[in-house]
This record gives sequence, C-alpha cells and structure tokens, in this order.
Amino acid sequence: MNQRLPNSFRTGPDERGHFGNFGGRFVAETLMPLILDLEKAYAAAKADPSFQAQMNGHLKDYVGRPSPLYFAERLTEHLGGAKIYLKREELNHTGSHKVNNVLGQIMVARRMGKKRIIAETGAGQHGVATATLCARFGLECVVYMGAVDVARQAPNVFRMEMLGAKVVPVQSGTRTLKDAMNEALRDWVTNVHNTFYCIGTVAGPHPYPMMVRDFQSVIGEETRKQMQEAEGRLPDSLVACIGGGSNAMGLFHPFLDDPSVEIFGVEAAGHGLTQLHAASIAGGRPGVLHGNRTYLLMDDDGQIQDAHSISAGLDYPGIGPEHSWLHETGRVTYLSATDDEALAAFMLLSRLEGIPPALESAHAIAKLTELAPKRPKDHLMVVNLSGRGDKDIPQITEILKGRKQ
Amino acid sequence: MTTRIDALFAELAKEGRSAFVTFLMAGDPDPATSLDILKALPKAGADIIEIGMPFTDPMADGPSIQAAGLRALKSGMTLRKTLEMVRGFREEDNTTPLVLMGYYNPIYIYGVDKFLADAKTAGVDGLIIVDLPPEEDDELCIPALKAGLNFIRLATPTTDDKRLPAVLANTSGFVYYVSITGITGAAAADSKVVGDAVARIKRHTKLPVCVGFGIRTPQAARAIAEKADGAVVGTALVDALRDSLDTQGQATAKTVAAVADVVASLAQGVRGAKQAAE
Repeated sequence: MNQRLPNSFRTGPDERGHFGNFGGRFVAETLMPLILDLEKAYAAAKADPSFQAQMNGHLKDYVGRPSPLYFAERLTEHLGGAKIYLKREELNHTGSHKVNNVLGQIMVARRMGKKRIIAETGAGQHGVATATLCARFGLECVVYMGAVDVARQAPNVFRMEMLGAKVVPVQSGTRTLKDAMNEALRDWVTNVHNTFYCIGTVAGPHPYPMMVRDFQSVIGEETRKQMQEAEGRLPDSLVACIGGGSNAMGLFHPFLDDPSVEIFGVEAAGHGLTQLHAASIAGGRPGVLHGNRTYLLMDDDGQIQDAHSISAGLDYPGIGPEHSWLHETGRVTYLSATDDEALAAFMLLSRLEGIPPALESAHAIAKLTELAPKRPKDHLMVVNLSGRGDKDIPQITEILKGRKQ
Repeated sequence: MTTRIDALFAELAKEGRSAFVTFLMAGDPDPATSLDILKALPKAGADIIEIGMPFTDPMADGPSIQAAGLRALKSGMTLRKTLEMVRGFREEDNTTPLVLMGYYNPIYIYGVDKFLADAKTAGVDGLIIVDLPPEEDDELCIPALKAGLNFIRLATPTTDDKRLPAVLANTSGFVYYVSITGITGAAAADSKVVGDAVARIKRHTKLPVCVGFGIRTPQAARAIAEKADGAVVGTALVDALRDSLDTQGQATAKTVAAVADVVASLAQGVRGAKQAAE
C-alpha cells in the first residue's frame, strides 16, 4: 500500500501487460506466438474505425444495447438510504454482460481468420454467449465446463447444445471453472493453428485482461451518460460482484479517475471467509496461474486451492490482475458476501422489483443492503445487475426444498 | 561455468551417441518409492533425469502426468521435499544431471532467491519451467543463470525463425524441442518432420537439441535419437508406474522395477541409434 499512486488509473497495462506488479504473460512457448499475434490483431482492430462501427451496429441491433439504467424505487424505499439504480445488463441478449466481450472477441477472431472458437465457462453465461455468437457468425464452438457446473447449471448446458456448440464436461481437478480453463488451454495448445480462445473474464495472459476490459467498458460508459441524463451528475458509488471480475471492470473502468466516485467490488465468501470460499483478495495472496500474476487462493506450497461459491460464475480461485492492482493501490474497496447473503438478496430483489438476479449478481445486491442504508438519500448508487436469475431457479428450488425438510 | 549437463554432452559427443532423457514425477506414488525409482534410473540407462515438481494445475500436461502430480500431492509432496529427494540422490550419484521441471507458482511462493540457492546446494543442474516464456525472463531465468543453474527452454513447432533467437538467447544446457503442438502424452511426431525442425534450430544455436512429447517405444526413441542430441520420454514411464500400483494407488513390490525395465528397453533404442551425419 505504500507504493506511489499513479496519476491515472486508466492507462494500464504497460506494453508487457503489467498492471503494477500484476498481469504478464505466463504461458507455454507453444502459445506465446499466438498471444503476440492476438495482441497485434487487437491493436489493429482498435485503431480501425470500421471495426468500432461494426461493433456498435451489432451491440445495438443484436445485443439490444444500451441496457437501461433503472431507478429501483421500491428497493430504495425498503433500504431507506441511497438512491439505487440498477444497470440492467441482464436484459442483454443471452441474459448477461458476457455477450459484450464475446461479440468483441469473435469480431477479432474473424479478422484473424480463425474458424474454431473455444471457451471455458462456469455458470454457463459465457458459454451461452459464445455459442450464440458462433451460431450467428457460422463458427465451430467448443465449450469446456467443469462436470460439477454441468450438473448445477443444466438449463445453460441445454441452451449451448441447442445453439450448436459442443459442451465438454471437465472431469479433472475440482471439476469447476479453474479446471475448465486448464482444459481450454490444453485444447488451445493442441489446436493452435485454427483455434481462437475466447476467454470470458478479465484474466489470462496479456492482452486478454485489457481486451476484455475494453469490450466490457461499454457498461460504465453508458452508465456515465445515462446518470448524467437522469440526475445531471456522476454517481456517488458503484457496486459489482466479482469472480474473475469482468462485469465489475466494465462498470468501474470509465470512473477510475473520478475521485468522487466510491467503488466497491464484492467477492464470493461462500460458507464464510474462515471456511470454503472464493474470495481471492480477502483470502488469497499474489501468485501465478492461467497466464497472469494475481491474487489466488493457495496453500503454503503454492498449490492452488479449491474455491467454493453457491454461484458457479464466481467459483474461481483467482481474480483479474487489474483488480489485484486496484486493490493494492486502494482505488477500489473489495468486500465479500456469503452464499446465504446472496440467496437472501436473490429473494429480496425478486419480491421488491420483480427482477430475479443471477446468483452472481445477487452478491452485489447483498452488499448493497449494507452499504445503501448508511448513505444519505441524495447519494446515487449504481449496482451492476450483470445477469438474470432464470438459470439459477432449478438450483434455488432444490436448496429451498432442502431447507423446508 | 560448466554444469553436469555440459559435461555429459561433451562426453556423449566423444562417444558419438545421443542422450536418453527420462522424466519422473517427484513423490509419485509416495516420496520413498519415488527416491528409489530415481536412484534406479541411471543404472537402467538414463543419461539425464527430469524431475517433475507436482502442481495442482499443470496446463501443458496430459491426463497421465496430471494424475501423477495429483498422486504425489496426495502423498504429501511439496517443493521442499522435492529438493530433499535431490539431496538423497546426490549422496550416491554426483554425475547424472538432474533437471527440475514444472510450473512457476510453487517456486514463486517458495521465494525465487531461496529456491535457487537451495536447488544449487541440493545438486540440481537445470530448470525447465513451462509457463515462463522469454518475455518473463526477469522472473527466474536471469537469476537462475546467475546462480549457476542451466535454464532449459522449450521450443515448439510454433516457434518460427523470427522468434527462435529470442527463445534461445538465455537458454543453456540444452534446447528441449517439443515435437508437437499439444500436451504431454499426445500422439507422436513424424521423425522426418522432427529432423527438419532440429536442423532448423541448430542453424540458430550450438546447444544440444533434445526432442520430447509422443515418444513411447524403443523404435520411436531410436528414430528420434538419430535426428537429435537426445530423446526425452515421460508419459510412457509414468504410465508404467501407474500400471504397477495396487487398487488403492499405492506402490507395490513391482513398482521400481516396472519403471526401470521400460527405461532399460528405451535406452537400448536410443543407444542403437546411428548418429546423424553432422
């Protein structure tokens, strides 16, 4: 924490992919030439006005952007503090923010002439978004998903298969998101020549954390404009859930250099921080995995530990490297919410606003119930409603049935 | 600085034969059996031994080596114990080169400087760290070279002529050519293609080039040894070990011999190779 604060929080990463001490390119040599190619292809796309124009067209007509910034009147009344706005990413086509990034990466893959797309998925939201855009653009799609997640996110598995994707259940390790990512990397190493790896979050080797953040930043950019229209000023605080952290980074990044805006990320505390959880910043330390240096859950020998969260999308023992840096610089405050708190928040938002949130997003709502009442009525608080809860209804029904017995 | 690796290749050049490089996972299936296997390898014909440092998330390894790492971790293996195993081996053998192979995180957590000092003292000669490309040389490669250890780099079919100089710049000991794009234990590469690739690398470096990934039989080992300065075998040995275990995954009376026998037959393949005309 005693490092010198940067003049801007928005200039990273450096040319080697570092955010402070975090990030980098820790990959096998087989992948290194590809990652350098991708970096070049992405830089060229970014500089090409026709790429941005195409993106904007698809974002508007296919994804359905801009997503609304909705004043949650009854939730605001109920909590009795800050004025709460929900950024409605769950209304996007495919049901979450994941589509923003997938669209961008698929457009880059097309520029690179890649015909085969692979992806890892936890809750299935990134897998669904990838399968959807592969269908739209006629590309082969293979999605790696931990066998545990295949079981608890059945609706999304059916959906991906219906869209023409091949879903591969991963049986190695803990059979969740981290193992799906290992398996996707193994596929990529094997099929480098024709395959594009569409990573679902702001993690992995450079340039992924930067590229995914750029594609997700549409969330924060719209929020800025919409809040200006609604209230004539900037929001006072932002809240988002964090697994790898892509929806949070998308909302946060355009506001990082506005010191008046308080920013809160919410990790998954699972059964509690002293038990099984998925809160890398609260319970981990810096290490190297999946191509980047970042906060990770591990033991004293550097072996990666199992994460646990009720929400498959947050069940990952790491976090994007830019978040690790924002934590160490103190710009963003990282909190955590337990499984039970998320479940209660799921019910609360469903009953008060008629919006069942994804269990991932419910973690952000859970912390909102602590943050909002402590703030004045003219405090403008934005929560990223990153996904819709439809996919979680079978799992939640089971849990509630179990509790009644 | 001359390491045991440099000395070995100088010796083999005089004999006119290629090196047989074997792999075992430290602590598989338990630390004591693993040390016994390690001690048996030079007698069975191994010229260089790669010792895998077990890791929970081995992204470049196939199912066999992943499972070996998990067996080792389950038996309580740690990086500290892997270095103890090297010390145990060096009490009896001070010439066979030992190379530690694995992923960066356990070393990063152990502490780079402490690890390099402890590895050097224990008798380690070189390191192969899968997830440290030249772009991250400051992390471990440069400090390792300063500490007197070889840093052996992987070159792959995707490493083109433009990139090779960067890959070779801080490489020492030997170059490990990964003959396929893929994970350990995957299909074998065609020896003609491998020969061309080795020739391509040799245009850029005087270092010996060893070839691995996909070699399972004495015939394949021989074919590769005729094209390269060394043949590396890993998965075939790990599979032989696994097949010797009881239903609980514990070592049996056959385990050490099962590995040594495969090593002996593969070593014959390598030693039967005619050296390629220089």
